[in-house]
Amino acid sequence: METLATFYERMFFIRRFEETLLDLFSLGKLVGTTHTYIGQEANAVGLIEHLDPDVDTVFSNHRCHGHYLAFTDDAFGLLCEVMGKAPGVCGGKGGSQHLCKGNFYSNGVLGSIVPVATGIGLAEKRKGTGAVSTVFLGDGTLGEGVTYESLNLASLWHLPVFFVVENNHYAQSTPVELELAGSIAARGAAFGVEVDELDTTDVQVIHEAAGRAVARIRETGAPFFLVLNTYRFSPHSKSDDQRDPDELEERRTRDPLLVAGARLDEAERKALEERCEERLAETVEAADEAPAAAPGVAA
Amino acid sequence: MSTVQQKRGVQALNETLHALFAERDDVVLFGEDVLDPYGGAFKVTQGLSDAYPDRVLTTPISEASLFGVAAGMALRGQRPILEIMFGDFVALGLDQIVNGISKFREMYDDQVTVPLVVRTPMGGRRGYGPTHSQSLEKLLLGIPNICVVAPSECHDVGSLLAAAVEDERPVFFIENKLLYGRVIRRPDHGHIGELAVRESGDPYPALTFSATDFTEGVATVVTYGGMLPVVLDAVTELVLEQEIFCEVVALSQLVPIELDAVLESVARTGALVTAEEGTLTGGFGAEIAARVQEAAWSDLRAPVQRVAARDGIIPSARPLEDDMLPSVEDVVAAVTALDGVRS
Repeated sequence: METLATFYERMFFIRRFEETLLDLFSLGKLVGTTHTYIGQEANAVGLIEHLDPDVDTVFSNHRCHGHYLAFTDDAFGLLCEVMGKAPGVCGGKGGSQHLCKGNFYSNGVLGSIVPVATGIGLAEKRKGTGAVSTVFLGDGTLGEGVTYESLNLASLWHLPVFFVVENNHYAQSTPVELELAGSIAARGAAFGVEVDELDTTDVQVIHEAAGRAVARIRETGAPFFLVLNTYRFSPHSKSDDQRDPDELEERRTRDPLLVAGARLDEAERKALEERCEERLAETVEAADEAPAAAPGVAA
Repeated sequence: MSTVQQKRGVQALNETLHALFAERDDVVLFGEDVLDPYGGAFKVTQGLSDAYPDRVLTTPISEASLFGVAAGMALRGQRPILEIMFGDFVALGLDQIVNGISKFREMYDDQVTVPLVVRTPMGGRRGYGPTHSQSLEKLLLGIPNICVVAPSECHDVGSLLAAAVEDERPVFFIENKLLYGRVIRRPDHGHIGELAVRESGDPYPALTFSATDFTEGVATVVTYGGMLPVVLDAVTELVLEQEIFCEVVALSQLVPIELDAVLESVARTGALVTAEEGTLTGGFGAEIAARVQEAAWSDLRAPVQRVAARDGIIPSARPLEDDMLPSVEDVVAAVTALDGVRS
C-alpha cells in the first residue's frame, strides 16, 4: 500500500522535472517543443499506481511526461530524449511527444492514439495476459471522431481498455466551452461503457477512484471511462498563455501539491522535496554531459 | 519453375489465408462483412470464420480506427490482417498510416515492429464509379517505412500474401479487383504462353516478359497489378500489327522501390514506358521515370513515356469509364511515340 508521502514525492518530482524543462528551454538547452503537465500530476500518480508496468500498457498523448515518469520512473531517459541526447529513450528520434519504453507509448496526434490503444486491448485479451490498456485523452481529444469509433469497438468487443479523460478545460488556447457540447461523461455512457467522474486535485481521491475503475476492468474485462476534471497551470506548450490570471490564481489554491502537502508532516515533506531536488540535479547534470544524438552516435 | 495452375485470384488468396490460419495462431483477420456465409464483399475470406470463429472479426464501418486497431495488435505481437472493403476507403485511415503505422518503429528507435497487413481491392473497369474504382496506390508510395505490394495475375499471388504476413514491416497488399476473377497464369518452364518470363527479387518478385527471348526489344513497359493484362495485350498487338517487340516488367513490390529488373531491361531496349491504372500526376510512373533517368540516362535514347488514367474522376457509365482509364490503345500509342521504335 503506497503512502501519501510516496504520492507526494512522485508528484513533486514530476512538477520539478517539468519546471526544469521550461528553465532549460529558457537557457537554450532544449529546442523544439514541450507540453508540460504542471497542475495535473495527481492524475498520473494516483491512477498509474494501479497499473503493473510489466503487464499493463499505457498510451499517452502530447502531454505525456507525467504519465511516463509515473509509469517508468525513467527521468534520465526522458530528459535525454527531450534534450536530443543519444541516451534518450528513443535515441532522440521521438523527442517530447513520441516516447516508448517497455509497455509505455505516446504519440503526438490527438485521437490517433485511441484506436491503437484499443487494438492493444484486443491483442492482450487474445493473449490472455490480463493486461489493462490505458489511454490518456483530454478535452481536446474529444473533438476527434476516432475516439468514438474506439469507444464503440472497445464496448462491442468487450476489451480491457481504460479511457481516461483529463479535462484540463483548455484545448491549447481554446476554452472547453468553445470546443465541446453536451456532457463528457455521457459520451462514455452512450456506448454502454461504465463511467466515473471526479472533480478534484486530491491524489488520494483519484487513487481510490482509479483503483475501483481498474478493478472493474480486471473483473469484467470490459472498458471503463474515467473523467478527471483538472487544470494545468503551465501554458499549452511554453509561453503561449492568455488565460485570465484570476482564474489561474483561484486554481492554484487547489494545487495538488498543496492539497497533499498539507497532510504531511512539514519536516517529512521538506526531506522528500530535498531528495527530489537532488535526484533532479543529478539527472540534469548527467543529461547535460551525455552526447548529443547525431547520425552515427550510439547511446 | 512452378507448374501451371488453373486457379483464380480469389481462390489463391482464400487458400493462402486458410493455410496461414492453420500455421500460425497469432494471425487474426478483421474487416467489414468478412464473416461467413457472406465471406467478404469479394469473397476472399470465405470459409475462414466458420473454421476459425475466434480469429475472424467482423467490424463496424470504422475504417479510420481499424487501421489503428491493427497497429495496436501488431505492436503487441499479433499478426493482424485488416481487410478494407474498397481501396478508396484507405483515405479514411491515412492519419493512422502516416502518423502511426509507418512511424512507430523508427521513431521509437527500433524498440517495436508493426507487422500488419492491410489487404484491399483497388481498380476500376467494373462500373463502380468515382469512389469505388480508384487505384490510390500513389497515396502510399511516398510514405517511408511501409511496403506496398501489388500482385498481378502472373505472380504467385498466394505466396506473396504469405510473405506479407511474415514480413516485419507494415505491408499494404493491393488486390486489383479484376484479379479476383482472372485465372492465375504462372510461368511454366520459363514461359507464359509464347512469352519468355524471368522472375527476380525476393520476396515480392518482378516478372520480365519478352517475345524474343530478351534480344530484340526496342522498349520496356513497366507496370503492375491490374494493368499487366492490358499491357500484355498491347505488346502482343504491337508484334502482330507492327512487328515492334517490347519487354514488359511487372513489379509486385511498389515500395520500397527496387528497379533492378527495370534497369536491366532498359539496358537491353533503350527506352521506357510506364503504365498504371491510377491518375497520371505524381504517380508511380513519375517516380519510376525520375529514378530511371537518374540511374540509366545513358541507356535511354528517348524520353520516358507515361500511360495512366486521366487526372479526373472515374465515371460510372462504362463508356465514360473506359475513356478515362488507360487502354491497350494508350499503351500502343506511347510505345510507338518513342524515338527509334518505328524505323
